[in-house]
Amino acid sequence: MQTKRTVFQARLLPYALLAPQLIITMIFFVWPALQAVYQSFLREDPFGLSAKFVWFQNYTRLIGDASYLNSLSVTFVFAVGVTAVSMTVSLLFAVCVNRALKSGRFYTTMLVWPYALAPAASGLLWWFMFNPSVGLIPYVLNLVGYDWNHRLHEGDAMILIIIAASWKQISYNFLFFVAGLQSVPHSLTEAAAIDGAGPVKRFWTVVFPLLSPTAFFLAVINITYAMFDTLPIIDAVTSGGPSQSTNILVYKVYADGFIGLSLGPSAAQSVVLMLIVVLLTVVQFRWVERKVQY
Amino acid sequence: MVENRPFLSFLTHLVLIVGVLIVVFPVYLAFIASTHGPTDFMSGLVPLLPGDQMMANYGYLLGSGESTAGAPPFTLMLLNSLWMALLIAFGKIAISILSAFAIVYFRFPLRTAAFWVIFMTLMLPIEVRILPTYKVVADLGLLNSYSGLVIPVIASATATFLFRQFFLTVPEELMEAARVDGAGPMKFFRDILLPLSRTNIAALFIIMFIYGWNQYLWPMLITTEPHYYTVVMGIKRLANVLDGDNQWNLVMTGVILAGLPPVLVIIFMQRLFVKGLVETEK
Amino acid sequence: MIKKLVLTAAAVALSATTSLAATEVTWWHAMGGELGKKLEEVAQKFNESQSEYKVVPVFKGTYPETLTAAIAAFRAGQQPAIVQVFEVGTGTMMAAKGAVYPVYQVMKDAGEPWDTKGFLAPVTGYYSDAEGNILSMPFNSSTPIMYYNKDVFKKAGLDPEVAPKTWAELATMGKKIVDSGAATCGFTLSYAATWVGLENYSAIQDLPFGTLQNGFGGTKTEFTFNGPNQAKFWDSLKKAQDDKVFKYGGPGGAAESAPMFYSQQCAVYMGSSASRAGVINNAKGFEVGFAPMPYDDTVTKEPKNSIIGGATLWTLNGQKDKNVYKGVAKFFTYLSKPEVQADWHQFTGYLPITNAAYELGQSQGYYEKNPGSDIAIKQIMRGTPSDNSKGVRFGNLTQIRDLVDQQFEAVLSGKKTGQQALDEAAKQGNAILREFEAANSN
Repeated sequence: MQTKRTVFQARLLPYALLAPQLIITMIFFVWPALQAVYQSFLREDPFGLSAKFVWFQNYTRLIGDASYLNSLSVTFVFAVGVTAVSMTVSLLFAVCVNRALKSGRFYTTMLVWPYALAPAASGLLWWFMFNPSVGLIPYVLNLVGYDWNHRLHEGDAMILIIIAASWKQISYNFLFFVAGLQSVPHSLTEAAAIDGAGPVKRFWTVVFPLLSPTAFFLAVINITYAMFDTLPIIDAVTSGGPSQSTNILVYKVYADGFIGLSLGPSAAQSVVLMLIVVLLTVVQFRWVERKVQY
Repeated sequence: MVENRPFLSFLTHLVLIVGVLIVVFPVYLAFIASTHGPTDFMSGLVPLLPGDQMMANYGYLLGSGESTAGAPPFTLMLLNSLWMALLIAFGKIAISILSAFAIVYFRFPLRTAAFWVIFMTLMLPIEVRILPTYKVVADLGLLNSYSGLVIPVIASATATFLFRQFFLTVPEELMEAARVDGAGPMKFFRDILLPLSRTNIAALFIIMFIYGWNQYLWPMLITTEPHYYTVVMGIKRLANVLDGDNQWNLVMTGVILAGLPPVLVIIFMQRLFVKGLVETEK
Repeated sequence: MIKKLVLTAAAVALSATTSLAATEVTWWHAMGGELGKKLEEVAQKFNESQSEYKVVPVFKGTYPETLTAAIAAFRAGQQPAIVQVFEVGTGTMMAAKGAVYPVYQVMKDAGEPWDTKGFLAPVTGYYSDAEGNILSMPFNSSTPIMYYNKDVFKKAGLDPEVAPKTWAELATMGKKIVDSGAATCGFTLSYAATWVGLENYSAIQDLPFGTLQNGFGGTKTEFTFNGPNQAKFWDSLKKAQDDKVFKYGGPGGAAESAPMFYSQQCAVYMGSSASRAGVINNAKGFEVGFAPMPYDDTVTKEPKNSIIGGATLWTLNGQKDKNVYKGVAKFFTYLSKPEVQADWHQFTGYLPITNAAYELGQSQGYYEKNPGSDIAIKQIMRGTPSDNSKGVRFGNLTQIRDLVDQQFEAVLSGKKTGQQALDEAAKQGNAILREFEAANSN
């Protein structure tokens, strides 16, 4: 993992600096997470009145569960789709805003605003917009002959949730790209221009490498977001259907655990989900971070 | 800009305008919904132009607050959410920037382990650890309290990760110069690193504020007293009509009202987006 | 001197009585919007009617959120006295014997008179154990009925006062409507594959849904809803969809179904009787007709009663102050009063739980003034309930309903026949039942 060449010399200071975050993490995250992991080895009733230790039974059942394997592939498609769409679109916007000096603030405000919209609302809004009866989008699509129904067509459902999830993430990515672009020194871009490089070339040879730490941050966060935070959208719009075609892993965890109150199996699923994301992140740090220029 | 290319400028603006139109369309729709009556949305194509119920709807919500049935008035919920959002934003940024500083600028045993432990907070969804976390909070006596609402939420890794990325890009010369001048780590942090981080802090503040502002599940779970109600809880409560008659228009009015303070934060924070910071320090 | 003593004594006495604050009875519920307001009014009126107990309602989110909150609280020793749980959670609550304080027991222990003879059997029966003891207090129960568009009927040349009585009639009428162009779809259903289309279908046609009296007999129950009649019914829905007579509105509560009815795309909508007020409000520009659910005359000529949905109030064990339970008992007695029941039922459209409340409404002329508002009651009181029409009781019913929805969607998209889908649903459902059985018999 990357680190500075030169560091400060201090024995206790780093620990003191880390203490607040570490302590809170330990108490409010690690300890409950360990309990959740422990729960994944149990079979118990929701109220916790009785529990039986069942070793890895909750895990082995996942392997044979066709709907779980389906969830894996659906999640993969979804995560890749959302990350790709939202990162490219937001980068495009950020670069444009960087150019448009005077009206930059206006555009930035407008483009970040959707992120502020409560998740409670955005689910509802997407439901309205794509509603086969009263929605605008199906109406327009009907005019060109396409019968949109995400309740029956699996493709429609996946497209819908990718759009809905990316929409929110575009605002998020955009904001950080803009912040990142601010720290690209003018002198460098000017020097490149003097050397005769056009704007596109300047971007890829000078700007993007300097933007790569931000891009790396966003890539990791986006994938994590797609895996975890998209729950409210799916809940509001497709409920994992039709026929499980949008039943991403975290939704399955939620449906089984929160709603179905099968705590053991749901805990097992979330442990597996956590391991998948950890693996993905380690992979990214190992291989992708090499290309990042600090 | 470096050179004047009108075509590119035109294209830039075009992309942005189209982008804004598409991205802001759902928000526009929410606004439209808030100006109509409750049933205008279900009986045909969703209307695209404002209706005439704007004063009625907004007045109703902001007024007595009895619209949310026992929940405190809307203005009180807005204040509550504001307080939570500020606490969470400040808290998160404060502890994360210190942690990132420690991880990047020092070498000590367990450094990598500490980073990964912090980082793991992103990896386990809240829905799964919510029962055990509730128990921890209850055992510590933090139910129905601001501490219980805020502290468990501020340990996330996003901010730490971002600051880490940023600190790694800060040139080594700055730090060496500071050391040569005899400045200790905290002086370096305060006088050099912090100002440099301004843009990132601003961006994070926006995100964290909005995150704290939109809190729903956790406050719903650990509070039973109405004066801890957040604004999104109020909106959800309006919408939760089970078999009955959904008042979409009031829900959307609530959503728009709830969305306004974050917009102010976004506008305000952009002042800290200053260009070319790194090079002026040279 | 004496005066001082008297004054001090008076002060002490006064403080003793004022320190006797009302015992708080916390009530966690999932009702927002107008319903929530009415609920709080009910609690408030109870509080005003006496000074010993104070019911404190707290809104905890949706039904699943409220139940999870109650469970989390229970595990941490912070549970409320009363919690509103949806009917799908009945199996879970009943199995949680250590956590639940059955209502009949609450009333007995508090010495409250509890005459259940006047209760509507189909409503309370759903929440009773095998011996007929009521375990939870019915509060907002509903049953599905049929709403139809009288104007569209007229346009299609059908008599607007006559609703289809059987599914076959519905299909024919629907086809006539679509062919005549009066609407683009005949009918749509909420809970098409579960509460309406399978559970109620089985109950009304007196077909079994599961062994052991549809699960009332214990957690060893197995599903039997994959019978030939139910399979035929699902196939007929697929055919209706192909004929453009039936339109699917989504799984579970079918969020897309009601809009299809309101926008006059579909002429008939079947959903909860409690949606009545909402339906009337949203039906702009057309008159709504109300009718009982259709029955399948190829299976039976004497349809049974429909079964209920909604939620009930469960009492949780473990309150530190035992007086709280006396308060719960007093509150439940209050809730059973005819005036309270009639008021709640008439405002919300949920079913009353007592005959007395129904009779009160009749004497008030409520049902005459609001045609169609008594269809639900009449429908649940129709015939004598059999083992197949007392309701369903299965653990993890939410997950089971989800997978039944998925199988139904497979039928609609042509991937499976009705029989195949139901067989698969029964198989997967039984696996979940076994899991529930195991988890609750440790």
